[in-house]
Amino acid sequence: MLRRVISLPEKKKVFTQQLILEFEKVGINSLGIVIIISLFVGAVVSIQTSINLENPFLPSYLIGLATRDSLILEFSPTMLSLILAGKVGSNIASEIGTMRVTEQIDALEIMGINSASFLILPKIIAALFFFPLLVILSMSIGMIGGWIGALSTGITTSAFFTGLTYEFRPFYITYCLTKTVVFAFIITSVSAYYGYFTNGGALEVGRASTKAVVYSSILILVFNFILTNMLLA
Amino acid sequence: MIEIKNIYKSFGNNNVLKDIALIFEKGRANLIIGESGSGKTTLLKILIGLHEVDKGKILYADREFNEMGIKEKRLLRQEIGVLFQGGALYDYLTVEENIMFPLTMFTNQEYNEKIERVNFCLSRVNLENQNKLYPAELSGGMTKRVAIARAIAMNPKYLFCDEPNSGLDPKTAILIDDLILEITKEFNMTTIINTHDMNSVMQIGENIAFIHNGEVWWEGTKDNLLYTNNLELEKFVFASKLFQKLKTT
Repeated sequence: MLRRVISLPEKKKVFTQQLILEFEKVGINSLGIVIIISLFVGAVVSIQTSINLENPFLPSYLIGLATRDSLILEFSPTMLSLILAGKVGSNIASEIGTMRVTEQIDALEIMGINSASFLILPKIIAALFFFPLLVILSMSIGMIGGWIGALSTGITTSAFFTGLTYEFRPFYITYCLTKTVVFAFIITSVSAYYGYFTNGGALEVGRASTKAVVYSSILILVFNFILTNMLLA
Repeated sequence: MIEIKNIYKSFGNNNVLKDIALIFEKGRANLIIGESGSGKTTLLKILIGLHEVDKGKILYADREFNEMGIKEKRLLRQEIGVLFQGGALYDYLTVEENIMFPLTMFTNQEYNEKIERVNFCLSRVNLENQNKLYPAELSGGMTKRVAIARAIAMNPKYLFCDEPNSGLDPKTAILIDDLILEITKEFNMTTIINTHDMNSVMQIGENIAFIHNGEVWWEGTKDNLLYTNNLELEKFVFASKLFQKLKTT
């Protein structure tokens, strides 16, 4: 299946059009949810950290540091990917599943088009390209949210920003983006697989969509553990 | 012309097609009829290459389908137009883009040439000026007509229709049947229609094959059909009370 997906496009112009369409569906349409969730999670993380660190011996910049590390190491790459598995993954599975049950995939195959590559490859490429951008955006917005949260608990802007830059390891970004790329591949390939092999009617499309989200999420958690062990431990 | 010789197909222990041998003639509406589950959809899917045969030969004008390489099969598929039961129009494309799709994929035509062909195909199915509609905005009959327009866009030699008038009212169904027959004659195509609609059979059945339990039970024309002595075919054709009454009168 993967070999069929990763093959040269039959017509580059059509492939480019498909890719642009997928950038919009996979990436641009996810901007809203990414911004809203990141802003509020960043704010909540900083408020919770500040409540838990109410000790005069602990410097207040730790709130900025904890917010930064929580966002970069875990929330933005992993939690956001789980959210995107729900949004993008279910969309991919139901779209391809519907095309299967309404014979649109058969119509492509009969024309002599490699339907797996035509439908799935642009989605994978769009996700591999766009998910890291969404995660970078999520980190940035999350930190703004964290700053707003910190201000609401009486932490000064300078203390928060000191924490954000305190002992920053650039490798964390590499770790975060590596995870994101792997998760992007998992979400699109698993969801496309369940959609492509849907058999039956509307009920099965719904089931395929649910399976896509469940199995993508499980694989994300498993690979999160493996990658963290490999890259950070 | 398409000739199939002694085709067998099974799924697990279920022998769906047994020793099927038929000739589908050029410029005629060739109908495959039979009850649901008789094997006619499997036969159609074999003919268009969606299923492989266990045994037997399929000859597209003396070219054997199973012996063709991938490139040859791809070229042959460009000579094939298929009208699916539900139309199978691409939801995210407009009517115009749906019809243009095979032209974009398989020709190097300029936009103007393609749009000219699209408009010709649309006029052929009496849907002028509906270019910008999406499939969700079309009625059942319009969907079928757009699907026919897409099927003939590449000027195919072979046209396959799976239940072309299922879900349509009798009047629209007859319009679709007549349209398919007209196009078949006009472009001298080999048309194969899979149906169990008796109105359709009596309207355009020039060359009919009745499939029962995966075997060819009877072959003939719509005129022969009315006077058949074949018991299974008789049960199928005269299943409705109306047809039974017509037969007795």
